[in-house]
Amino acid sequence: MLIIECPWCGKRDQSEFTAHGEAHIARPGDPYKLSDEEWGDYVFFRKNPKGLHYERWVHSHGCRRWFNVARCTITDHIYATYKPGDVRPEVEE
Amino acid sequence: MNDTKITSPVYNRVRIDGPTRLSELPLCGKINLRGNPRNKQFLTATASVLGMVPPIQPNTRHMGSTTTLFWLGPDEWLCHCEISQTETLIADLRSGLDGLHCAVVEVSDYYTVLRLDGSHSAALLSRACPLDLHPSVFGKGACAQTRFGHASIFLHKISNAPSFEIQVRWSFAEYVWDYLVSGMRALAASD
Ligand SMILES: [Zn+2]
Repeated sequence: MLIIECPWCGKRDQSEFTAHGEAHIARPGDPYKLSDEEWGDYVFFRKNPKGLHYERWVHSHGCRRWFNVARCTITDHIYATYKPGDVRPEVEE
Repeated sequence: MNDTKITSPVYNRVRIDGPTRLSELPLCGKINLRGNPRNKQFLTATASVLGMVPPIQPNTRHMGSTTTLFWLGPDEWLCHCEISQTETLIADLRSGLDGLHCAVVEVSDYYTVLRLDGSHSAALLSRACPLDLHPSVFGKGACAQTRFGHASIFLHKISNAPSFEIQVRWSFAEYVWDYLVSGMRALAASD
């Protein structure tokens, strides 16, 4: 069981949270300027790294706020959690 | 016109097993309040209606004589009040906050509040709630949104007796009730 630190509520059990995939994906400013391939890339394609991954999580049974998690996909080690809008932290793998 | 009285599925229930008492509290007023706590006008207007500013510290509450304001999120609070006050408080909040980016929503009958009293209450909750409920961590006045089994709950420790209030959606009230009662039965049988 993981203990995850919500940037607002503090340390809570993993079962209070839900993971929602890759973080820091910016919506294209003008979708009409994109080719179908570029739009498809934005909508469907996600990184699937072995190791450090920046992800979006939501404290679904708690404060219901979204935040970001830097996690190792091999060991499940969580390097950092941070608020949306915060710069992604550099971490030592 | 419509005299049908709609109540929660655990309306008025009381269950006592040994030292443990579980009951549904009478319907109280519940107001969900959202706004920007960095906005002075939001704080002043809220304070002038409710008699207190919204707590900024996560998982804490401010208590007045008839109203309590709980932290739910960095821009969200829950106000408990007497059911008879609800309409006036909502009207006053809406007029006081007029023009601000905020929301005042009545949720009185969206949730019900159960009360659990007795020395076993933390142990009973811990069967299905992942929070650390040890008095040194979750003491009097602590409150938190968490889960009990599959139900999202809002837990408030009202005293170190210990006594807890468990706010839950009507649709999950019977689930939480039955889950707690099954624990109470097991404890009573093992005593
Ligand atoms: Zn949280």
